[in-house]
Amino acid sequence: MKNDTLVSFEGVVKRFGEFVAVQRMDFEIGKGEFLAIMGSSGCGKTTTLRMLAGLEAPSEGVIRLSGKPINDLPTWSRDTPMVWQSLALFPFLNVIENVEFALKMRGVGKAERRRKAEQWLDRMQITEFASRNISQLSGGQRQRVALARSLVVEPEILLLDEPLSALDAALKVRMQSVLKNLQRETGITFVYVTHSQSEAFSMADRVVIMSRGKIEQIGTPKEIYRTPRTRFVAGFLGSSNMFTGKVSGSDGGVVTLDTPAGALRLSAAGMPQPVAAGQTATLTVLDTKTDLAVTPPSGRVNTLPVRMIGEEFIGATATIYLETADGQEIRIQKSHEDLANLPLQIGQELVAHWSYEDGHLVMEE
Amino acid sequence: MSDKDTASINRNRAVDVALLAYIVLSYAFVFAPIAASFVFSFNSDRFPSIPLGQFSLEWYRAVASDPLVWQGLRNTLFVGVIVGVVATALGFGAAYTDFRYRFFGKQVYLALALLPPTIPVVILGLAMLAYLSRINLSGNALSVIIAHVVICAPFAMAIIRLRLSQMDPDLEAAAWNLGASEWAAMRHVIIPFAKPAIFGALFITMAVSFDEFAIAWFVSGLNETLPVKVLGFLQGQVSPRINAIGTFVFVTSMTLVILAQILLTGRGAKARPGADEQE
Repeated sequence: MKNDTLVSFEGVVKRFGEFVAVQRMDFEIGKGEFLAIMGSSGCGKTTTLRMLAGLEAPSEGVIRLSGKPINDLPTWSRDTPMVWQSLALFPFLNVIENVEFALKMRGVGKAERRRKAEQWLDRMQITEFASRNISQLSGGQRQRVALARSLVVEPEILLLDEPLSALDAALKVRMQSVLKNLQRETGITFVYVTHSQSEAFSMADRVVIMSRGKIEQIGTPKEIYRTPRTRFVAGFLGSSNMFTGKVSGSDGGVVTLDTPAGALRLSAAGMPQPVAAGQTATLTVLDTKTDLAVTPPSGRVNTLPVRMIGEEFIGATATIYLETADGQEIRIQKSHEDLANLPLQIGQELVAHWSYEDGHLVMEE
Repeated sequence: MSDKDTASINRNRAVDVALLAYIVLSYAFVFAPIAASFVFSFNSDRFPSIPLGQFSLEWYRAVASDPLVWQGLRNTLFVGVIVGVVATALGFGAAYTDFRYRFFGKQVYLALALLPPTIPVVILGLAMLAYLSRINLSGNALSVIIAHVVICAPFAMAIIRLRLSQMDPDLEAAAWNLGASEWAAMRHVIIPFAKPAIFGALFITMAVSFDEFAIAWFVSGLNETLPVKVLGFLQGQVSPRINAIGTFVFVTSMTLVILAQILLTGRGAKARPGADEQE
């Protein structure tokens, strides 16, 4: 094991009766890392976090913290504080008493725990609310109390279970930068469970994408965005056009895929494994890398006759919805300048195109 | 009224008056006998009749100077306090079990735990007498305590269970997660959260025990509680002293019930203005 590994999951399985919530999971979390675990509801992300916190026991496998197995360690002896989706602040205690709670449970003296709690209130900029009731605070203030309450013990790792889901959009964005800065300044490992791609990708160093109790991909946001490893990941991110078909040949570093939309080609450079003819695979291409033209360009590009079916303007970019000859919907995202010279009308016949290098192949499992 | 504007849309004065009269009459129907007893307890006449005689405290004096009454009161208070504490402790345990655990047969467990008050008291009293005398516990204060705990614990459980059901189930786990052992979480989270209901249950169970007659009559033997003593007085002679005792018992019970009500509706808690003005 590497020195900078804080947590490792080794063959961890979690079953609830017949239902398998988490299937054989092997991954590591580095010291000081901001790791996001992302997936739709019921994918096992919260169960994974709860196993790490000691609130669920793994059915199989070992979880290690700093090299030591912690399977049998009760949650109260673990030092893995968690920020709850419901925040779970104690309503019968005021703000500073909430923050002091963990220190009190560890037998820290009264003066010392007050001093530490005040430091964290100050750090989270909620000093003025110290003696308020929890019910007197706004959503953002409660969030800060929950963070201070967990961080006051200065843990090595902080677990966060969709902590921002109850906030409105503007506050969410503000809290994201609060969290990111906090993580950078303290160097504490953050494990952040969310279903929101924007939260995961904007804050995390690495993202784990889960589906049906299985890890689909682990990587930096950039890696996952550019080279989704499975069809599920590409579809889940929703930022790529996808064409599924059969590999019909590989020649001179170019792979050809037969799809209902036509034969599509892509560069074989950078592919993790060689592909054989007859394999089912999906070509993905980012909607921002897909271009639009009136006449088909030449060179190492795929061209696809399409018909425009809709458009959507969001700030600086526009999304154009198109339909291929075989009825599949695709789309492109471009700045308004890029689209200025195109005849954009519903029903207009156009050509979608992208270079061989921008295509990416995902093999069927 | 602040809600005048919205309420005035479909309000009719006649309906308002009728509803108010209905409430007044309902309460009058319920409280008239108690009020009569209250009034006659201060009346100097030997028999309850109208017109009233003079205002007098002589029946209270008579009651206060009767050692049998004091003995009954002592028994009642002694039994009531112990029953309150024991029934509340048992009720809390039962309610917490329901809150914390999922297990096979839980519905049966709950039904059995809530059953005793639905059994007719005469039957329960007879059964208690038969059972307690078999194990040589009949005829003393302890037997009344045991019998009263049986009927009071379900009330305590129901009250505390309601409060625990309002608790965010993550709170206890959050306490564990912050380093509290199960006992520490119980002491620092569950009990503080349930505190108003625990005291509410304490007062309600005391009031139930304080008033309970039928079972106490069966099992109390020589250690009669006040309600049982009252029956003794009635059998001997009809005396306005009964009114004095009745008024005292009523005021005591009402005080306990009102205290419980204040705790349970949270009116005793600190005022909590909204959070809208901040941030």
